[in-house]
Amino acid sequence: MKRVVIIFLVFISAVLSVISCKKLEPAAPADDSILDGPVEGLTTAQKAMFLRGDVAFNDEVFTAETGLGPLFVATSCASCHAGDGKGHPFTTLTRFGQSDSTGNHFMAMGAPQLQNRALPGHEPEKIPAGARSAKFTPPANTGMGFIEAVSDADLLAIADPNDADGDGISGVVNWINIKSYITLQPGYATENGKCIGRFGKKSGAHNLLQQTAGAYNQDMGITSLYEPYDTYTGLETDPEVSTQTLQDVVFYLQTLKAPIQRNKTNPDVMKGKELFLQADCGKCHKPELRTGYSPIAPLANQTFYPYTDLLLHDMGPGLDDGYTEGNATSAEWRTPALWGLGLSKNAQGGSYFLLHDGRATSIEQAILLHGGEATVSREKYSAMPETDKKKLRTFLESL
Amino acid sequence: MRIFVLYFLCIIATAANAQIDTNLLRREPKDTTGMKLNMDAVYNRPFLTVGKLPVALGGYLEANWQHLGTDGVTEGHQFQMKRMTLFVASGIGHRLKFLSEIEFEDGTKEINIEFAALDMEITPLLNFRGGIIMNPIGAFNQNHDGPKWEFIDRPTSAVQLLPATYSNVGFGVYGKKYQKDWVVAYEAYLTNGFDDKIIDNNTGRTSLPATKLNRDRFEESFNGMPLATAKAAVKHRKIAEVGVSYMSGVYNKFEDDGMTLDRKRKVEVIAVDANSTLPGINTFITAEWAWISVDVPGTYSQQYGRRQQGGFADIVQPVYSKPLFGFEQSEVNIACRLEYVDWNVGTFDQTGDKISDHFMSVVPAISWRPGPQTVIRLNYRYNLQTDLLGNPASKTAGFQAGFSSYF
Repeated sequence: MKRVVIIFLVFISAVLSVISCKKLEPAAPADDSILDGPVEGLTTAQKAMFLRGDVAFNDEVFTAETGLGPLFVATSCASCHAGDGKGHPFTTLTRFGQSDSTGNHFMAMGAPQLQNRALPGHEPEKIPAGARSAKFTPPANTGMGFIEAVSDADLLAIADPNDADGDGISGVVNWINIKSYITLQPGYATENGKCIGRFGKKSGAHNLLQQTAGAYNQDMGITSLYEPYDTYTGLETDPEVSTQTLQDVVFYLQTLKAPIQRNKTNPDVMKGKELFLQADCGKCHKPELRTGYSPIAPLANQTFYPYTDLLLHDMGPGLDDGYTEGNATSAEWRTPALWGLGLSKNAQGGSYFLLHDGRATSIEQAILLHGGEATVSREKYSAMPETDKKKLRTFLESL
Repeated sequence: MRIFVLYFLCIIATAANAQIDTNLLRREPKDTTGMKLNMDAVYNRPFLTVGKLPVALGGYLEANWQHLGTDGVTEGHQFQMKRMTLFVASGIGHRLKFLSEIEFEDGTKEINIEFAALDMEITPLLNFRGGIIMNPIGAFNQNHDGPKWEFIDRPTSAVQLLPATYSNVGFGVYGKKYQKDWVVAYEAYLTNGFDDKIIDNNTGRTSLPATKLNRDRFEESFNGMPLATAKAAVKHRKIAEVGVSYMSGVYNKFEDDGMTLDRKRKVEVIAVDANSTLPGINTFITAEWAWISVDVPGTYSQQYGRRQQGGFADIVQPVYSKPLFGFEQSEVNIACRLEYVDWNVGTFDQTGDKISDHFMSVVPAISWRPGPQTVIRLNYRYNLQTDLLGNPASKTAGFQAGFSSYF
């Protein structure tokens, strides 16, 4: 009888442990504490595509056998975008060319991107004599589908190339040559045969397909149907990533959710936002934008809060690296979205590496390095009492 | 370093007085002399003989259920047939013996000849071994049978840092000497070795286990350079066994078709292992730690570590050793495994900050051994894993339950 009781108790314990096992497993982090995750409202088929893209982006590591290099910057997408967040100095890219807008004269020498790593037996690229260069910290990936879906008309409406309102801020779009494989969306704007770029530090890419195919090619040395030329030999090769995989990754990037603001109703955060707007930071870091047409229903006609105007601004001599892309001058940088700023540290190894090349290691340092069109805002910030500065930074960290 | 280790082994060899276990091919009770070493594990297994056939058979299998979750995401209930292994041993002559071990992992996803070697005793202190041998790096690689362990998963340091179980074609020598309560032993082998997969693989890190993907290593060496593996161990029957092992080879193809492609790039591993049973309370402790050094080209990504280290420690405490449910030799144990692996020891060139890419875990366990050849075990696993940059660790935890048994 005693034995039967023991067996029964062991059996019940086993069943209970199975039932309760989920409670002894780590809980999911709060949605607003991570950058990963899809937008709401995807269909089942779209969720499957998102998951395929997620695997290709975060898990696929290229090797020599699967096409890596032979010159490269990273072996996987996730190397540069850990947790879909900003990059680290370890993965910072170097791009080279010249300081004027006459087109990159160093394309035959490996421009625009420096492949600073190489498979054994190969030598990495070096910046050719006479070329100018700038370092680019990889950006966060989140919410980019919303940015892609802002209409050209809206961007042109925000732009103020001649500073017509006299506020000292003159955002401009970057008109770039369009790759032949890009399908332009309804209502696209054009000027002298060029279209608007909106991705990249200098808005050098028109859409996420161009950005993604370019990154596979320039960052990892992976050719595709869209970018079929090997960066090492310059010869056209068979695609090393399938078109389906590349499109899955593009879809994944398009449908990553927008970062969610935290502590929105905290009095310091609310006051900080007020101070942010009073200092005219919001003139470039525009709090609100609206999407237009998108073939992905959850992205179409949505209001979202990226804190960017997606335009190029002259940031002054301190941030002028002497290198340019397209029509952007060497001192012009596209306003980076501030959403997700407070979560950057969780992707950058616990530290901040801000501005286009990660030179600022704190939010305050990033603010104080602003110049050019942002000089007035920087001075307004500098003139604030320390308590207000802290509230403004608290607001930025809540994004 | 290699010269030092080989010199050390030569000294031991001159003093050694080993003997082949002549009882091998008979059904024998569990060894109770306490003089077996980790290096004996390949033969220290239960075998079955049929009639007077000079062939002995054996094997073991492992199966388990698990429910693990990582940061709120789980794959639910998983039932796994981790592996089934078959042993065949044969006494060819008085001092010649053969043993093979064939393993089926994850069903038939992987089928490996883990060991298939002929042993020849010249003198007790000098035995030759040739064939597919298990490189004696650390202790686990040679002593890996599931029924011997209280844990469902093999140690992470053994399978994701070191390449257990790692076998290669080659030849070598071994020997032992007994002196009262002491036994001293050595092993030294030259085999085929690593290849450039250890820095060019889909794990995104330097990975010695990635070399196992190279099936050709049983047919030809990747670069024509032998991998040297040597181990020395000493044991006092009442105190402990301590082993030191060393492995060194060239992993890259430095020349091909007469052309020099690169300089020779070395991989070196040093491992120490120890085990002991505390007198009085019978607590069994076993531990292993390994240091790896890989000559990664300076032009390659720092993502691929130049140095790695890691190990594990198991503590097993018998708490009940009486008949249970009619099983006369029942034993119930509580146990705990601690693990740590750092796949990239060093600092970033760009920032000077420490490179992370490490893993740690704690695995409390309870096991019931209805007999000495079978273990039924329940584990709770809790892992922390950080990425290269040291971002917040991903957490994995959950229960595993299963069994492993010789047959």
